[in-house]
Amino acid sequence: MTIRRSLRLLPVVPSILLLLVFLVAPVLWSFHASFTDASLSGKAAKDPQWVGTDNYVRMFSDDSFPAAAWLTVLFVVASAVLGQNILGLVIALLMTRSRRAVSQLVGTAVVAAWVLPEIVAAFAAYAYFNRDGTLNQMTGFLGAPGVDWLYSFPLVAIILANTWRGTAFSMLVYRAALADVPRDITESALMDGARGWQRLVFITLPLIRSSIATNLMLITLQTLAVFTLIWVMTAGGPANASTTLPVLAYQEAFKFGDIGYGTAVASVLILLGMVFGAIYVRLLREQRG
Amino acid sequence: MRRPVKLAGLTSAGVKTLARKLTALVSVAVVVAAASSCSSTPEGAESKTLKIVYQKTDAFTALDAVMQDAKKEFEAANSAVTVELQPIQANDDDYGTKLALAQRSAETAPDVFYEDSFKVRSDVDAGYLLKLDGYLEKWDDWSVFNEAAKAAGRADDGGIYAVPLGTDTRAIWYNKAVFRNAGISLPWQPKSWEDILTAARAIKASDPTVIPFNMYAGKGTGEGTVMQGFYELLYGTDSTLYDEDEKKWVVGSQGFTDSLAFLKTLYDEKLAVSPAEALDPNVWKKVFGEWFPQGKLGATVEGSYTPSFWQKGGAYEWSGYEQDMAVATFPTRNGQDPGGVSMSGGWTLAVGAKSKNPDLAFKFLATALNKKNALSYDINNSQIAVRTDVASEADYLAANPFVKDVSDLVAVTHYRPATADYPRISTAVQVATEAVITGKQSPEDAAAEYDATVRKLVGEDKVLEK
Repeated sequence: MTIRRSLRLLPVVPSILLLLVFLVAPVLWSFHASFTDASLSGKAAKDPQWVGTDNYVRMFSDDSFPAAAWLTVLFVVASAVLGQNILGLVIALLMTRSRRAVSQLVGTAVVAAWVLPEIVAAFAAYAYFNRDGTLNQMTGFLGAPGVDWLYSFPLVAIILANTWRGTAFSMLVYRAALADVPRDITESALMDGARGWQRLVFITLPLIRSSIATNLMLITLQTLAVFTLIWVMTAGGPANASTTLPVLAYQEAFKFGDIGYGTAVASVLILLGMVFGAIYVRLLREQRG
Repeated sequence: MRRPVKLAGLTSAGVKTLARKLTALVSVAVVVAAASSCSSTPEGAESKTLKIVYQKTDAFTALDAVMQDAKKEFEAANSAVTVELQPIQANDDDYGTKLALAQRSAETAPDVFYEDSFKVRSDVDAGYLLKLDGYLEKWDDWSVFNEAAKAAGRADDGGIYAVPLGTDTRAIWYNKAVFRNAGISLPWQPKSWEDILTAARAIKASDPTVIPFNMYAGKGTGEGTVMQGFYELLYGTDSTLYDEDEKKWVVGSQGFTDSLAFLKTLYDEKLAVSPAEALDPNVWKKVFGEWFPQGKLGATVEGSYTPSFWQKGGAYEWSGYEQDMAVATFPTRNGQDPGGVSMSGGWTLAVGAKSKNPDLAFKFLATALNKKNALSYDINNSQIAVRTDVASEADYLAANPFVKDVSDLVAVTHYRPATADYPRISTAVQVATEAVITGKQSPEDAAAEYDATVRKLVGEDKVLEK
C-alpha cells in the first residue's frame, strides 16, 4: 500500500526537485546571506563575514525601512485589496447583465492590460502619467493645468497603474465564480422581494466568498512582489516617496552593493507574504468547516 | 579529426566505404559537439575564447567601435583565439552592478573589462582584478602613459591593476547666443558663485522661458549629481569631502551647508530646471539633445566629453555647437586660490582575476589601448588623452575647439576618494541635494542628516569634524 502511494507521488518528483533547486534554495541562500556582510565589491565580496543580526538591527533603527514597509502596506491595500478586487468584482457583476457585445468589448479592454508583459505595461503607465503624457494632454484639452503625477503624487500613480494592470485577474476569477451562482436562489430571493443590493450582499457575496478569499490571497502576494512597474515609473522616488520593500531591497543589494542588507529586507518581505498567505488559508479553511 | 576527404578516383565500393566513414564522422562530430557545448571550458589551443565586457548605450558607442577594431586586429594576429564581445546596454550604475555580478563566478567573469577608475580599489579588495605589474614591465607602450594618469589603476598595495583609457574634467558649458541676448559680455568667466547668480538672473530677466544655469541634483542623475554639480561647489569652498591624509570623511563643515544653500538658491529662484525635471534620470539627454541646441538653456556644468554628443556621429549631432558653445572654468566660492575647480574621473580597462588566459587577455588589453585605438577613442569620445603620444597628435588637438580649454583644467582638478564606502557616501550627498531642491529640508537640516548618515556608514573613528 505504502509502495503504491509513493509510486503515485513519482510524477510530481521532478516538479518538487525543480522547486527545491529554483525556489527553496535561493530563499535559503538569501536568508543565510542576510546574516552576513556579503557585498558586491570590497573585501566583503571575497570573504563575507557572519555578522549575526546586525542587518536586522540596522533595519529597524533605519528610517527608510519602516517608511518602505508602510508604503508597501498602503500600496497593497489600495491597489490590490481595494482597487483590483472591488473593481474586478464590479466589472464582473456589470458584465453578467450587460449586452454580449458590450461585455466582450469591456472584457477585451480590461484583459489587454493583463496580457502585456510587465515591462511594456510599466512603460505604458509611465507614458500615461508623465508630465507630457496622455493624462496631462487629455486634462490639458479640457483646460486643466498639467500636474506632474510621477513627481507630485507618485504613490497615487503607481496604485492606479497597478490597479489598471491587475484588475483583469480579479475580473476573470469573479466572472467564473458568478457563473456558478445558481439562478434559482437569486430568483427565489427576487420573488421574496429582495432588492438588487440585498441580493448582492445576502445571496451572491456569501456564495462566492471562497473565490473572494482565493482571489485576495493571490493578488496580495502578487502586489507585494511588484517591482518592475514601480522601478520604471518612479524608481522609488522622488526621495523614497514610492520606495516599497522590493524596491528598497533592490536598491540596497544592487545599487549600494550591500547584499547582506538587501537580502535581510527581502527576507522580511518573504515573511510578510507568508503571514498574509497564512491568514487567507486560515479564512478558506474556516469557510469550508 | 577533420581529415581531408579525397573524392578523386572513387569506385562504387569506395562510395560505400566513404558513406560509412561519413556516417561515423558525423556521429562522432555530433557527440563531440554535444560534449563541448556542455563544458564551458573548451580545451586545446584551437578553441580559446576571450570574453570582453564593456558598456554601450545609444549615446555611447565610441568604445564599441574601438572594441570591434581591436577584435579584428587581435584575431588577425592570433588566429587561434576567438574574441567574444559582450557589450552591456546600461547606464553607469547598472553597468557596474551587472559587471560585479558577473565577476562573482568564474563561469561568467570576463577576461577583459571596462572599469570605472573610482571602483578599482574596492574591486581589487573583492579580488576581481588581476595585478598587471609583471605584464606592464614588458609592455613598451606603458612608458608613454602620463604619470599622473597611471595612478588611476593603482590599488592600496601599490600595484597597478588597470590601465586608463582616458580621463576627463568638468567645466561650465554655456550657450553664447543666450548670454549675448541677456547682454552679458563674452567671453564669460565667473570669478565667484555670486557672478554665476548675477549672470543667471540677467538671463532669467531677459527671457523667462530659458533655463539660465542648470546644475544636476538629486538621486535621479546619480553620480552626475555629484561629479557635475555638488563637488564643483564643495571643493571650491575651503572644505572637502574626504581628508586624504587622515583617511577620514569630513562632517559638519560650513562648506557643505553653503554648497547646498547655493543649489537651493538656484532651484528656488527657478534659475535651474524644475525639481521634477531634475529628478528624472534622463534629464541630461534633454540638456544635450534639446535645450542647448534649441537655445533653451544658458549654461550647465558638464564633462569634457560634452562635444562627443554633438560632433558628427554623436548621439545628438549639432553642427552649430562649435560656434554657439563656450567653456568657462567653474569658480571657487569667493574667487580664492586656485580660482577654479574641476573634477576628474575616467575609465580603465582591466583583466579579470579569474581569467583562464591572463596572458592573452593582457595582449588584448594592449591591442585595445594601442596608439591607433586610443587616438580614435579619445577623438570620438572627446576624452582627455592619457598617452603622451596621442596628446601631441594633430588630429587629437583639432578634434574639437575645446580640447585645450578642458585639458588645462587638469591643473585645478580633484579626484573622488576611491574607497570602498564611497558609493554610499555619494548617495548620501545626492539625497541631501534632493531634499534641498525639493524643499523637503533646509540646507542646515540636510547637512545634519548627511553627517548622521556618514557617521552611521563609516563609524565614529572614520569621521573628522571640520
